[in-house]
Formats: sequence, C-alpha cells, structure tokens
Amino acid sequence: MSEPRQTKQSSFAPERVIRRIFGNQREFRTNLSLLSMALPGIALLFIFAYLPMLGILIAFKDYRFNLGILGSEWIGFQNFRFLFGTDAAFRITRNTLLMNTLFISTTTVCALIVAILLNEVYRSRMSKYYQTMLFFPYFISWVIVSYFVFAFLNGQTGLINQWIDALGIKRIAWYRSAAYWPVILVLANLWNGIGFSSIIYLAGILGISPELFEAAQIDGAGKLKQIRYITLPMLYPMIIILALLAIGRIFHADFGLFFFLPRDNPLLYSTTDVIDTFVYRSLVELGEISMAAAAGFYQSFIGFLLVVAANWVVRRFNEDYALY
Amino acid sequence: MTVRTGRQPTLQNKRYRAQTALSTIAVHAILALIGLTCLIPLILVVSISLSDELRLAKEGYQLLPVGFTTFAYEYILQAPGQILRAYGVTAFVTIVGAVTGLLICSLLAWPLARKDFRLRGPLSFYVFFTLLFNGGMVPFYILVTRYLGLKDNILVLILPYLVPAWYVLIIRTSFAQLPMELLDAARIDGAGEWRIFFQIVMPLSKPVLATIGLFFVLRYWNDWFLALLFIDDSLLYPLQYLLYILMANINIMAANPQTTGMPIPTLSARMAMAVLAFGPALFTFLLLQKYFVRGITIGGLKG
Repeated sequence: MSEPRQTKQSSFAPERVIRRIFGNQREFRTNLSLLSMALPGIALLFIFAYLPMLGILIAFKDYRFNLGILGSEWIGFQNFRFLFGTDAAFRITRNTLLMNTLFISTTTVCALIVAILLNEVYRSRMSKYYQTMLFFPYFISWVIVSYFVFAFLNGQTGLINQWIDALGIKRIAWYRSAAYWPVILVLANLWNGIGFSSIIYLAGILGISPELFEAAQIDGAGKLKQIRYITLPMLYPMIIILALLAIGRIFHADFGLFFFLPRDNPLLYSTTDVIDTFVYRSLVELGEISMAAAAGFYQSFIGFLLVVAANWVVRRFNEDYALY
Repeated sequence: MTVRTGRQPTLQNKRYRAQTALSTIAVHAILALIGLTCLIPLILVVSISLSDELRLAKEGYQLLPVGFTTFAYEYILQAPGQILRAYGVTAFVTIVGAVTGLLICSLLAWPLARKDFRLRGPLSFYVFFTLLFNGGMVPFYILVTRYLGLKDNILVLILPYLVPAWYVLIIRTSFAQLPMELLDAARIDGAGEWRIFFQIVMPLSKPVLATIGLFFVLRYWNDWFLALLFIDDSLLYPLQYLLYILMANINIMAANPQTTGMPIPTLSARMAMAVLAFGPALFTFLLLQKYFVRGITIGGLKG
C-alpha cells in the first residue's frame, strides 16, 4: 500500500493523513462504507479472539478472581515450575503427541485408499451413497458419539461384551482398562474423519489430467500400476501438505473426543488425558487456575511455533498451499 | 465438486474388459462394506431405542431391536419438560446464530474481497491471525465469566462463534470471483455500497452463503462446549449439553419420578434421547449434502 508521495509540506494535518489513507472524497466515502460493514466482525474478533490472546499473560501471574487479570501479581515462571513438577505434564504432552500422530497417519492412509476406490466407481450412481455413508459421522457431535461408544463398550449390556460372551471369552471392563483406549480413540476418530478427508483426496484425484491415465492405459498399464505410478505421485504434494498442516496442529487435541468418550474417567487418564482435557479439568473442575493457565500457555505457544514452522515448510514446498 | 466425465476404456479387448468388470465389482463390495461399517453405531443406537427395556437388561444390547417397542419415545415425549426446553434453546441459538453469523461474516468478507478497499491488507491479516494463534480456554473463560458477565446468559451460546475466520475467508474467496463490472453499473445508477451489498452481492452469492449457513447451523446445533464452560442454569441447557449431563449422571432419569407406576426406561430412553438429538442434524445433512462437499473442497484446499 505504498502511496506516491505528493505532500510537500510535512506539517501534520489530520485530514491530510486521512486523505493519504482513504484517497479522494468519493473513495473516502466508499472506504468508510466498507469499513462500517466490517465493524461488527472486527469488534467480535477483538473481544473473543484478541482479548484472550492478551489474557495468556495470566500464566505469569498469581491469578486472583477479585483482582482480575491486570490486578493480579506477577510471579514469573512459578506456574510453569509448578506444572512441570507434576507427572501430569509429561503424561498430557505424550498422550497429545502420540494420539495425534496416530490420528494423522491412520486417517491419511485410510482416506487415500477410500478416495482411490471412490474414484474407480465415480461415475456409478452408488458412489453418492458410499460418500454419504462415509461422510455423515463428521456431523455427529462427540457427545452423541459417546452414546454410540457406550452402547458398544459398557460392561453389562454393551454389544462387544455380548459378542465376547458368545465366543466364551472373559468379559472386558472397557471403561476401567486404559490400555485399550488408544485403539478405541483411533477407531472413533477414523470413523468420524474418514469421509471428510477422503472427499478432499477424491477432489485431488479428480483434478489429475485424464490424459495421463489414457496414455498409461494405451501403454498397457493396469489399474494398480496406474495408481502406483500416476495417482499417488500426483497426490504426493497434497498428502504432504495436508499432513504438515495437521502436524502444525499436533499440540491441540480434539477436546470433545478425549473428554466425552472416556467419560472423564480417572482410571483412563494414563492414556486418554491430553493437554486440552487437563486444562479444562484444572480450570473448571479443580479450580487450579494457575496450573490451567500454565498448561494453556504452553499449548498456545508451542502450537503457534509449530503452525508457523509447518507453514514455512509448506511454503517452500508449494506456495499455493501455504496458509499465508 | 468438479464433475469430470470419467475415462473411457480405450482398449476394446474382451479379457481387459472382463477383468475391469470383476475389479469394479470388488471395489463396490469393499466400499459398501466400509460404508455399512460406518452405519453400525447408528443402527445399534436406533435399535436399542426401539427395544424392550426388560429384555435389554437381561439380554444386553443387540444390533437389531429386541422386542420391538416405541415405549422409550412415548415416555420421553409424554413428560418432555426438560427435553422440549433444551430443544427450544438449541433451536433458538441455531437460528439466531446462523442468521447473524452469516450476515456478520459476509459483511466482513465483502471489504476483504474489494481491491479498492484501502485497509484490505491489514484487515485480512487481522482476520487471518486468529487462525494461527489463540489464547486458549483459560483467558477465554475468565473473559466471559468475569469481564463480560455472560455466565448463564443465552447470548454466551451465540456470540463467541459468530465470526470464524475460516468461514470469512471462504466467503471472501467466493465474493472475489464476482464480476466487479456489475458494481460499476450499479454505482452509475447511484446505488451506495450498502445497497450494492444487499441487492447485488448477496443474491449472486447464494451457493456459498448456503454452504456457510449450513456450516453455521451444524456448528450451533452440535455445540456443547460453550454450555460446558458457561451454563449452570438447567433452564438454559442446550440439547447436546443435556445429553452430556444425562450420560454423566446415568441415574438422573430414574431419579426423576415424573411418571407413576410405569417402569422407567433408562437403557432405551437414553438412546432414544440421542436419536432425537442427532436426528434433525442428520436429516439436514442428508438433504443438503452437496453444499457441504462443495464447501469442503473450496475451504479444505485453499481458504
């Protein structure tokens, strides 16, 4: 937005500054109208996005409700010393990173397979129905999913235990056995997200020039060879970029998934407690605001660095796909 | 989604065709299997909601209804009190939130799509930065409860979600593709910016507005997060949060002796509640699926 410098006098005059920014009178009126349109959005973002950003400073304060954020006393890194002195800090970091890694890898692989299959039958009428069946779970809230999971896993009446009974094996107390939960959560996450991801990859495959496939066919390449040597290589940039963007968010767990499905059960914390559930519990249930604030800052800060780093890598890879 | 006519097999030899037919059937079989697997949880929950309470307790949950009955639904609808109330809260929040959000997001997106808007650069960054960094739950919680005083206020279920940066960027992308010459013609006719926005820009952008409107509807309908943080007053429970409360206190229904003499169906009624909660969302989704797919392929690739 560099404007040609036309001002000869450097004397400060408000109207000149305004003119510099907004141009002549007609342009000024247009810009004023446009700015007034944007105002409600600007205000809401300021309140609900920017004020909380400033509020992360309470991680360095001894927050007292009656004193407020500004009035509370600065205590440096004490909250962090407190947080990282507990076992919880390691546990939530490990679980968040581990589970997100599992989520990214399983969803990417399965969605790719599904997208390739969907593409093979894209012209069929059935293709629509497959997409619908795969996609609807994305719009079911985690609260409802917790009912689904409960119907499968609850100790006495759950479906899985009925099946186990039928096989004559000993029943499993799912809600008391932490070891099974990484698998349960991976399956639930896959069920929820596979439709969404496969539709994105399908769009990618549909964007590949059909001539490539025709040429390969004339050369006698079968379907598998076409997938191996055309579809996948053409999708690599997209796969890598989507994975990188997901890695940029690897410090943020899906709160609903980890909070509702294990039903906030302390017996399962060793595998299901993530940064987000820990922050919530400390803040709302335990009232340990300084602990919650420290964990929240830790997440926001490292999460931000990761997003910026991931985006930097994506930009070097392909500028069109970068977030900014 | 962009439609492209598929590849025609250029090789006419019979063996190739037979092979292709076979592999096509296999592909259909695999996709049908995966699709049906996705449906199983849904089928299970609907079956439980239609099952006989006593037999459920004895035989456990089954994939098909045991002793088909609609008693659980009748029971819920007989004494709807809290459930009807939660439906009302959710419906209000969804309608007001979606309409207001769509309007505010569009109004914010339009200047960002205009090349002649001088503050376009800084304002784009202002919107975009909220995607990169956020303060997290703690400052948000303190802001709303202590400074805005919105705890147990129905507005808290609406206001924080009104301007998702992602939606603004999708709308902006679509607005930017409008033919800007139309605006010049309108301007010559003396139309102001606001009139241009409401009489030209909005009507021409129905597809993207439908997509984002639906994103909003499902987001508000499915939300439990804001209620979890800020609602203690049971009169203001939205549907999803009520379901969470019911799940967390499994015996709450048994402890609610509104009916007399009748056995209270806790096992089936709980699942019937879940069905009543996701039913409308699922229906909306089925009806308008193509708009979602369009939105995802625009927004998922490049905002």
